[in-house]
Amino acid sequence: MTNARLSLGSSWLLFPVSWAILLFLIFPTVVVVVLSFSPSIFLDFPPKSLSLKWFYELADDPSWLNSGLFSLKIAFLTTIVSLIAGTAAAIAVVRSNLPGKQLFMACVLIPLIVPHIVVAIAVYLQFAQLGLVGNTLGFVLVHAALTVPYVILMVSAALQRLPVTYEMAALNLGATRQQCFRKITLPLITPAVLGSGVLVFVTSFDESVVSYFLSGVTQKTITRRLFEEIDYNISPIIAAASTAFIIITVGLMAMLTIFRRRES
Amino acid sequence: MSLTELERGMRGELPKRLSLLMIMPTAALLIGVITLPTLLLLATSFTSPELGFKNYYKVNDPLYILVLFRTMIIAGATTFLAVCLGYPVAVLIARSGKIVAAVAIACVLVPLWTPVLIRSYAWIIFFQPNGLVNRYLIESQLISKPLRILYTDAAVVIALTHVMLPYMVLPIANSLKAISPDLPKAAQNLGAGAWSIFWRITLPLSLPGIFAGCLMVFVLTLGAYVTPALLGGPSTLMISTLIGQQITILLDWPFAGALSLVLVVLSLGITAVFRRLLKLERVVAYD
Repeated sequence: MTNARLSLGSSWLLFPVSWAILLFLIFPTVVVVVLSFSPSIFLDFPPKSLSLKWFYELADDPSWLNSGLFSLKIAFLTTIVSLIAGTAAAIAVVRSNLPGKQLFMACVLIPLIVPHIVVAIAVYLQFAQLGLVGNTLGFVLVHAALTVPYVILMVSAALQRLPVTYEMAALNLGATRQQCFRKITLPLITPAVLGSGVLVFVTSFDESVVSYFLSGVTQKTITRRLFEEIDYNISPIIAAASTAFIIITVGLMAMLTIFRRRES
Repeated sequence: MSLTELERGMRGELPKRLSLLMIMPTAALLIGVITLPTLLLLATSFTSPELGFKNYYKVNDPLYILVLFRTMIIAGATTFLAVCLGYPVAVLIARSGKIVAAVAIACVLVPLWTPVLIRSYAWIIFFQPNGLVNRYLIESQLISKPLRILYTDAAVVIALTHVMLPYMVLPIANSLKAISPDLPKAAQNLGAGAWSIFWRITLPLSLPGIFAGCLMVFVLTLGAYVTPALLGGPSTLMISTLIGQQITILLDWPFAGALSLVLVVLSLGITAVFRRLLKLERVVAYD
């Protein structure tokens, strides 16, 4: 009996309240998506009819497409850098007895706690002098630094669950370290690596504060573009761009969640 | 400690040199891109325009103390609202069957994956003078003139609560799920009513989740930038938007550095202090 599990007052009183709060949570996303299909320039909700007008306008404006592709490129390169650096570090931390392992793992958490506004302006101050503002390398470096903690946390958790005896057996049977890594360790941690990769990709694509300060005049990320547009006007074309954005991020994260649930 | 290379290999351990090499890229990224630039920014607050604490005397100005104070109040209000709204949702998720719980979790996760920027856009559509909220209130003749909601503290707190709710719901739901179903059953058999089961079993045992959620929400709200930048007005500055303003409008890097130091010390300090409290709670709960 699931209902007897955590007896708490009258569930008939509680559950409508819970559902109302869930409605509050989901409502803004729903409104933006629905409005993007409205033909009216006035943001009428619910819309009186449906059309793809704003999506055609979005597709006709190359600047939206350009910043979208720029963001996707940054997210893709960030994922590669972050996965390689993070997976290597996770393996080194779990499978060695380096002094200061605990300290390293504590330091890894710092990017998750320091507010992004501080990182954004600090990086902007240095990168402006190095010519790294508004270019791909600059974005990839910051986004990789901000996302590498996720990779280390997820992959090291997977490694800790993985019995070291598998690797020991391979090494005792004469496998070289490289063979052992390629044939035993890597295949077993692949789900965690791919999972953290999706998270890194979406985090980089979503990232708006650092992107706001690091964007140049010509090379703008999609988040910087949205930031500027939302601050000046609230045209329904933003709703259409947002809907495209939401489909990418929610789609990827939903895939990841379903995949991980099936794993466990 | 004097294991041979072969013995180490047989225990599955990596040689020291190799593992150092493997940590290098991450260390370089974290130090070179986050730590060093941040320290340099904080350093400018002491060295420029002249050596000393001049920028910190400026932080002490009543105007800026008010911004700091407002930031704490907004973070506190957001945390409070997030607990009140998050707890019933967490209970629903922890108590429901598979399908209902999955729907509820989806309602929590989809907004989490919708960028804060886009959600701020939605709130502007709701709150602007001829927005959905005002139009609805006027049509139902509750008000005659549109209310000013956008660019007020209320708009910022509502939007921030929405942003932070998932970070509150998930840890509370986890701690609720971890409660053994035998405990409330035993209490019931011993004659406890629903309310006394809640106050004496469920709520105390979910405290670790509540603490974790509150810590996360409070610290994240202190540093939130996008929501106050888009939904707050010039009179509703938070410390993060004040820092942004120093850079984009006033180009006062040293003062931005001083404000950043205050924000970083607050965020790291609160995390460090509350972590200890959290661990203490666990010791009390499990020993």
